[in-house]
Amino acid sequence: MSKKINLTLKVWRQKNCKTPGAFETYQAREIDTAMSFLEMLDFVNEMLTHEGRDPITFDHDCREGICGSCGAVVNGQPHGPLRGTTLCQLHMRHFKDGQTLVVEPWRAKAFPINKDLSVERSSFDRVMVAGGFISVKTGQAPEAHAIPVPKEAADNAMDAAQCIGCGACVAACPNGSAMLFVGSKVSHLNLLAQGAPEKKTRVLHMVHQMDHEGFGNCSNSYECEAACPKQISVSHIAFMNKEYRQASIP
Amino acid sequence: MTLDSKIPSGLLQDKWTSHKFNNKLVNPSNRRKYKIIVVGTGLAGASSAASLAEMGYQVESFCFQDSARRAHSIAAQGGINAAKNYPNDGDSVRRLFYDTIKGGDFRSREANVYRLAEVSNNIIDQCVAQGVPFAREYSGYLDNRSFGGAQVSRTFYARGQTGQQLLLGAYQALMKEVAKNNVFLHPRTEMLDLVVIDGIARGIVVRNLLSGKIESYSADAVVLATGGYGNVFYLSTNAKGCNVTATWRAHKKGAFFANPCYTQIHPTCIPLHGNYQSKLTLMSESLRNDGRVWVPKKIKDTRLPNEIPLQERDYFLERKYPAFGNLVPRDIASRNAKEQCDTHHGVGDTGMAVYLDLKESIAQLGKQVIKDRYGNLLDMYAKITGEDPYQTPMMIYPAAHYTMGGLWVDYNLMSNLPGLFVIGEANFSDHGANRLGASALMQGLADGYFVLPYTMANYLAGVKPAGEEIIHRSEFKDAEIQVSDKIKRLLSVKGKTTVDEFHRELGHLLWNKCGMARNEKGLKEALNKIPEIRERFWKDVCVLGSNDDFNQALERAGRVADFLEFSELLCFDALHRQESCGGHFREEFQTPEGEALRRDDLFSYVAAWQFNSLGQSPTLHKEELKFEETHLAQRNYK
Repeated sequence: MSKKINLTLKVWRQKNCKTPGAFETYQAREIDTAMSFLEMLDFVNEMLTHEGRDPITFDHDCREGICGSCGAVVNGQPHGPLRGTTLCQLHMRHFKDGQTLVVEPWRAKAFPINKDLSVERSSFDRVMVAGGFISVKTGQAPEAHAIPVPKEAADNAMDAAQCIGCGACVAACPNGSAMLFVGSKVSHLNLLAQGAPEKKTRVLHMVHQMDHEGFGNCSNSYECEAACPKQISVSHIAFMNKEYRQASIP
Repeated sequence: MTLDSKIPSGLLQDKWTSHKFNNKLVNPSNRRKYKIIVVGTGLAGASSAASLAEMGYQVESFCFQDSARRAHSIAAQGGINAAKNYPNDGDSVRRLFYDTIKGGDFRSREANVYRLAEVSNNIIDQCVAQGVPFAREYSGYLDNRSFGGAQVSRTFYARGQTGQQLLLGAYQALMKEVAKNNVFLHPRTEMLDLVVIDGIARGIVVRNLLSGKIESYSADAVVLATGGYGNVFYLSTNAKGCNVTATWRAHKKGAFFANPCYTQIHPTCIPLHGNYQSKLTLMSESLRNDGRVWVPKKIKDTRLPNEIPLQERDYFLERKYPAFGNLVPRDIASRNAKEQCDTHHGVGDTGMAVYLDLKESIAQLGKQVIKDRYGNLLDMYAKITGEDPYQTPMMIYPAAHYTMGGLWVDYNLMSNLPGLFVIGEANFSDHGANRLGASALMQGLADGYFVLPYTMANYLAGVKPAGEEIIHRSEFKDAEIQVSDKIKRLLSVKGKTTVDEFHRELGHLLWNKCGMARNEKGLKEALNKIPEIRERFWKDVCVLGSNDDFNQALERAGRVADFLEFSELLCFDALHRQESCGGHFREEFQTPEGEALRRDDLFSYVAAWQFNSLGQSPTLHKEELKFEETHLAQRNYK
């Protein structure tokens, strides 16, 4: 059975990336513990709207933990305290009555703030444009069974392909590195026979774009894996480094 | 006027082949001169934008999300159908065609559905080549499973994330074309109007969601791949952003809306738990294979489920449908759950849920077997509800899930407005009155990869490139002014009721009067009530902030304003269709067993509605459905 709790929220409010931001404090009263974190924010926003105050802007869409739109740092942890969970799937029963929650946007050089908790993640798209694909055109594909893929490779590729592109890995990293995001895509595509012809250019171009966007490097903190809502392994970073090394040697 | 579906002549299995041959082509060197706008980046939108760009057209792609990768196709769990017949169990293009026609309760076009089945195999080939990591056997070949009661195993899947993997495949294909400057992306950009010049679709008016800037884009063709309208019910399994705005505003500019009353309600979703709830989450209906559905016999029984002895439980599906028991079709399961809750047998805090009990299967098969079958699902259930489904019965309730209706299109996927194409869930074409499991992904990708690229060429070959000049036509400026005025009006009301409060009120009304079961009285009540809510909305809605800013309440206000208009058409269509078929169940028309009673003599047609003006009845255009290859039969689940 759900119950009601009262919380104090300290939420980062910022009009846009050119204006300085600040924390504002709100009392979130009578929060049902069956609410998701985003429903709690909806609830606070309804309260703010009725009071004539600007509601908190935050990205969200599917609310099923798969679209990758949502995300905020809650008490220092991207997507909050529960492992393997996006903010939309985090429920208020994991918090205590009277608790204070500090809610911040992802903080990274490559993710400028749009407004409040919403950040601009188009740098991820540009990394994908640099090489995160297999260049097969519609109609070119051979029969699906023409190239068998060992089950192990397909399963490993799927482990990596689960990435939802939310950016929690970057937010968690002390260096603001995107190597788990990029490594996942390199692993997904380079592990498959279909991705082999472009494997060298793929890893070189994606890593180059990643650096160009201002993401930092990996220094093995493993914070990314801990924050990842899909619990993607840092071993994909190691795989990417191996692919990069091999591609760099002429 | 008569609707011309442009279905090619000839044998069913030859229609698409001969149509492709008879289509006109655009010379490769001329393609660059044509610009195509694609709105939406889900499976249909991304796949079509990528394919058209590969052919050499200039493509402008729009989505309201921050990235093309986030469209709601991503949330599909189960899988995608294709007639590959890899398991050697008797599948074929014809069988997939027949199952889809029958599943749609004989309310779809034979020719479209046959083509869908025909290209289904190409989709699997294409996706595998793109690197979609479908499940494989130890041999390295693709694995298949049966889904949604199909008698063959034709469903390809990538764990429980098939939609995600297919969408990422299409998104990556799109990014590859962005890299070549063949596609220009416009994320966080919402289409707010269609521009029609001399009866031809020539462009769109959009709002940049970060800056609020209103802009026009012209093109030689406009493709809407903007999804369904399930969020008209407020609570649904759709993403929060899903809306009817693009298709509704195109409808107001002359595009016909077909069969809006065909909405699919999925029986096994996690029930709602409070007024604040923002969405509903689907639980795969495969759970009904091992779960027994029951409610307490006593009205308003507040005891915990494990405290209720066996003789005080009503296993209502097993009682009413002894032959099929818990495995009755989606619509029957949904309606019966509603009936139990309406008569106060529902359980949980809200009384709007029934139990789905795995206890006996766990006792019989062991916890590990159940975990192997449903582990991911049960984990998600536990995460959302905080309850352990291995220990205590799950609670489920039906939820709006998919909309079969949409803008009317001909065989070429073009609407009645030349130059306006509609694909994926946004059109009405392939699922009839009810969609089968694992067929939505198939249709979205069929339209985008393998149908539209051909039919688009045929259209463009007959028109001269519009050129850049057309953007200066007054129709663009007029549409921009209309859009801006509407936004100003929304901001100037400064009322006391929030957008979500209105949306919730509308959704509640529709769910009760035009949801799982409909009747004349309820629909007429809804038709009286909707204009009243709409009037109140424009007098009392509270939208703070300004237009020249990232203003999410303003975005939602525009979408809800459109739902408040569209919902009238939805109810009007449901009232007019005096029969039950698929997702449209009229209580007045049912068999003694409670099954949908079709009236083929009167309603075997597509209802395409023409917009007149708000408050005035729309005009009905009928497209008669002809069944030449299939025999119309009553669905029978005895």
